[in-house]
Amino acid sequence: MTVLFGAVMIYGIYSLLCATLFVVLDAVDVAFTEAAVGTGISTILMLSALSLTGSRIEIIHRKKPILALCASLGLGAALLWGTSDMPQFADPSAPANLHVAPYYLEESSEQIGIPNVVTSVLASYRGYDTLGEVVVIFTAGIGVISLLGRTARRRED
Amino acid sequence: MTTFLGLLNYWVVIALMMTGLYIVIAASNYIKKIIGLNIFQTAVFIMYISIGKVSGGTAPILTGQPEVYSNPLPHVLILTAIVVGVATTALGLALIVRIRSAFGTIDDHDVQEIISE
Amino acid sequence: MQQHLVLHLVAKILIPFIILFALYVQFHGDYGPGGGFQAGVIFGAGFILYGIIFGKNLAVRVVPLPLIYCMTAVGVLLYTTVGVAGMLLGGEFLNYSVLLPDSVAGQHIGILLIELGVGITVASVMISLFFSYAQYKHPDEEQNDEQD
Repeated sequence: MTVLFGAVMIYGIYSLLCATLFVVLDAVDVAFTEAAVGTGISTILMLSALSLTGSRIEIIHRKKPILALCASLGLGAALLWGTSDMPQFADPSAPANLHVAPYYLEESSEQIGIPNVVTSVLASYRGYDTLGEVVVIFTAGIGVISLLGRTARRRED
Repeated sequence: MTTFLGLLNYWVVIALMMTGLYIVIAASNYIKKIIGLNIFQTAVFIMYISIGKVSGGTAPILTGQPEVYSNPLPHVLILTAIVVGVATTALGLALIVRIRSAFGTIDDHDVQEIISE
Repeated sequence: MQQHLVLHLVAKILIPFIILFALYVQFHGDYGPGGGFQAGVIFGAGFILYGIIFGKNLAVRVVPLPLIYCMTAVGVLLYTTVGVAGMLLGGEFLNYSVLLPDSVAGQHIGILLIELGVGITVASVMISLFFSYAQYKHPDEEQNDEQD
């Protein structure tokens, strides 16, 4: 039974459903990214890894992880208790929507002059963040190349 | 407009988050652990995006007419987080492939046994 | 995957459109949904599709791996160069308003360039990730190959 293959495919479908949820929540850029990255590239990378590690696993009935279940449920209950004084869904006066977002929405057409506010915040107002993210991607790419690339193994020999 | 279901988004997020956490702790297969981490990650994405939603708002692409827009800031943060997420997932999978090379298995219990021998 | 005629034909028809769509997303990101991150991923997906369908050996001839490894750094360098250019022209790091005499036009060109840098890095990292997995062989299997 190819259990892991099924798990990866279900993860891809879950990711696509998340993308549609993001469209409903008005985050079209995020939905686009999630559909391309989460559904496309993540699934392909996981399948590539599966082709190297083997998709068939033996199902061994070990002791049920009761402790893990209790820990997750306990933490979940604590978090649920904590939501009681969070702002309501889609509340225009929630603190998150009052800080810098109105500034970006009002000023970006004059200061940056491009219609997509997400792009102008991403590239201009928060250019430092994006630079950091690009460096993280670059570093992760180098990490994978040095873990799996030819040069790493030649040195081992 | 305080309603009981106004906090539904947080409950969905917490349910997904705890599912991911449970998989990370309980699954002994490393690929399943990575999938659990990814589910946890999407829960965080949904939390940020749902916080940025404004009722009656549209996607933050300026059209010139006075309209209500959703908060663009969480979108920016999550957009970059998704791509960084796939890069770190790839790094984790690469480590798993190397573990498979070194130990011949990708199951946490088996790896622990081999190490303790 | 090397023998499927239908897959070969469909891939050959699809790949140019995937890359065209990636370029559209890249340069239309200022006006609609899109930008460097998405465009890079779609661009990479086009080459990954080629690699899956036609095999690793042909794909490496289309995109040489050393070139891809260099491009990962070129994107980051382009991004930081735009930032440093802002400093040299009298502004702050990553201040695009000083790049051109008109501050809004400077913002336009700055955003276009750094999105291009993001796109180049993301696309080449995605391609190099895929080829790293595709070319990897477990050490024990590699020895068997050499014996054959």
